[in-house]
Amino acid sequence: MAESTTTRRSVLGWGGAGLALGAAAAGGAVAMARSGDDVAPAAEPGAAVAFHGAHQAGIATAVQDRLHFAAFDVKTADREEFVQLLKDWTRAAARMTAGHAVGEGAYGGLAEAPPDDTGEALGLRPSRLTLTIGFGPSLFDKFGLADRRPEALVDLPKFPGDNLDKGRSGGDLCVQACADDPQVAVHAIRNLARIGFGKVAVRWSQLGFGKTSSTTPDAQTPRNMMGFKDGTRNISGTDAAALDRHVWVGPKDGTDWMTGGSYLVARRIRMNIETWDRTSLQEQEDVFGRDKGEGAPVGRAKERDEPFLKAMKPDAHVRLAHPDTNGGATILRRGYSFTDGTDGLGRLDAGLFFLAYQRDVRKGFIPVQRSLSRSDALNEYIQHVGSAVFAVPPGVRDKDDWWGRGLFTGKA
Amino acid sequence: MRPARVPVVTAVVAAAALTAVTGCTEKSDAKGGGANSVSVTASDDKCEVSKKELSAGHVELAIENKGSKVTEVYLLFPDDRIVSERENIGPGTKQKLTAEVKAGSYEIACKPGMKGDGIRQKVTVTGGGKTAKRDPRLDKAVAEYRAYAQAQADQTLPATKTFTDAVRKGDLDAAKKAYATSRIGWERTEPVAESFGDIDPKVDVREDGLEEGQDLEKDWTGWHRLERALWKDKKIGKREKALATQLDKDLLDWQKRVGKAVITPTSMANGAKELLDEVATGKVTGEEERYSHTDLVDFKANVEGAQKSYELLKPVAAENDPALTKELDKQFAALDKLLEKHREGGAGSYAFTSYDKVGKADRKELHDGVNALAEPLSKLAAAVAKSK
Repeated sequence: MAESTTTRRSVLGWGGAGLALGAAAAGGAVAMARSGDDVAPAAEPGAAVAFHGAHQAGIATAVQDRLHFAAFDVKTADREEFVQLLKDWTRAAARMTAGHAVGEGAYGGLAEAPPDDTGEALGLRPSRLTLTIGFGPSLFDKFGLADRRPEALVDLPKFPGDNLDKGRSGGDLCVQACADDPQVAVHAIRNLARIGFGKVAVRWSQLGFGKTSSTTPDAQTPRNMMGFKDGTRNISGTDAAALDRHVWVGPKDGTDWMTGGSYLVARRIRMNIETWDRTSLQEQEDVFGRDKGEGAPVGRAKERDEPFLKAMKPDAHVRLAHPDTNGGATILRRGYSFTDGTDGLGRLDAGLFFLAYQRDVRKGFIPVQRSLSRSDALNEYIQHVGSAVFAVPPGVRDKDDWWGRGLFTGKA
Repeated sequence: MRPARVPVVTAVVAAAALTAVTGCTEKSDAKGGGANSVSVTASDDKCEVSKKELSAGHVELAIENKGSKVTEVYLLFPDDRIVSERENIGPGTKQKLTAEVKAGSYEIACKPGMKGDGIRQKVTVTGGGKTAKRDPRLDKAVAEYRAYAQAQADQTLPATKTFTDAVRKGDLDAAKKAYATSRIGWERTEPVAESFGDIDPKVDVREDGLEEGQDLEKDWTGWHRLERALWKDKKIGKREKALATQLDKDLLDWQKRVGKAVITPTSMANGAKELLDEVATGKVTGEEERYSHTDLVDFKANVEGAQKSYELLKPVAAENDPALTKELDKQFAALDKLLEKHREGGAGSYAFTSYDKVGKADRKELHDGVNALAEPLSKLAAAVAKSK
């Protein structure tokens, strides 16, 4: 994998200031907007993020505003048919991320037949849509792939306090759609699901808003539904060294087809919003180990000041989640808040849809969550209700390449 | 049951080129007989016509029954749809039948004893606006589907009478037993019945299909009202007995009108898809048969009806889009296999698991199967329409 492509990818998705760089480096990253003939540079909000590259977009890419995440079950036993679906999906994803309609479009075709594209993204810009595919552990039991399952793709252990709903957990594969416009993200999942009927079926899906962590550390850290800044120390999307160390699977990691890929953990974390809101400010700040206004760690002045862990309560969230508490375990977080209305008891069905990318789940999420699930003071106010883990293959290199080619052909 | 939607069978046809304008039988003969009048002499074994070429526009059939049986005479499209008809023509009597027709091929059929396909004569109408010529295989498909829809209606009436007789006798158990099977023919061909607009709300409306201001006791009629009485109220009263008789009457109306339904190859294809839509929105959720939980019987019948349309269109569709028909064959078989898991009686029976006993995971599996079939089925109309 070319090193330069890594850089290109990380620059490409950049959303903030100083982005003229992105357009220059991107080359082919300028895309036609959905409205027709106006050309938008990649640097502009609403522009297209390049689909092809050494890594899949949607991991190190600057976090977009909205999410539609879907997990699928495979329904076919025919390997050829499934491979064809992956190719069809790749083609559709390349079109949609560039701001184009699927197939022959949403109108103008035969009057008696439904159009290829569902049409709700017509006239909208690409909105930095990224589509990222992942393969769940259960996929490897199918199509004779058991011996290709990466060792790092472990089934997550049972953590204390987990109350997992099977209907919101697992899946043979997943697609993460991130975009600045929710309609663009939903359109993408809807059309992929439609192409997939008969071959795959949606198992569960989650909408997200209000990104809860950013991969742009110079920007202000967004707040979660509890009103706190969480994820201040996230891996930066431009820190190639940190990405190589903690996020991208390396050539010596033992599974050739995964080189340049990553492992994704998704957790639906429900928050007990009403009881949290009745909690004193002091307790809230103790629970996180940060102050609520600035987001500074206990005893410090600024959000980005180095946390002094020993000043925090032993069960403070930041203290328990910190790499220093977990033997250096570091993950790239891309979570979103969710609010799915109310739950029938009148409680806000809200929380954090946690998404974390790492080079090895055994060295990333698992040690951190072991530490948190045992002792985190936050556990009184949250519950993990959904869980899934996926192997996220490397990027689609060019227009002849397709999602999962390495896994299915044995060629990296 | 789908009260809120425009019947697709009609809607599609409105967009397509119609070959006839009207089928009025009683229209006054304003333009006179003259050149465009044809004499039809019916007997017990013959149907003689005075000419076989007519001009487009107003046409008059002067009928005389010289046979010994009561007869009826039809003017038919090549796909067996009725342009116009005249019933109850007694022996030795004369009747007139008029119609407005466009250029194309037609048939005149006499039915001595008012039974069967009748004795047929081909006639050609020329002049006026030319209509697009359709693949004769598609005309055949439509004619066969019309015969199928008619047969389903014909079978539904006695099956429903078994049910309504039990209701009229106040026999709760016998009525429950006959309920679901009485609906099979209806469920197989529902898009045709729905195309008439007025029959469906009378016989197949659910409680929630009533409009504001409609009285649940006075205005709710048909199968599901009786379903509620049998399973929820567990009693048969005077009102239920009257509703049973009303159901017979409404279905008789349906049986008589099937032949007039506007059916085209694309409406057949989309009708098949609609039957799957019915399954996806009403049966998989358990909404349709909320008291009797016989949803899987309807489910099976909907799929059978969809498959019938598909099989009839397949010769043409397979030529235009062989990958599609291959996929449809596969998905029909797969859905059938899924349904088989819930069949409780022997092969061919309609004894299925009560839907309240079908768990969430099994319902999801059935729904996935329906999506897997309905998505490619939505492309069948395109595969048929390609043919000219």
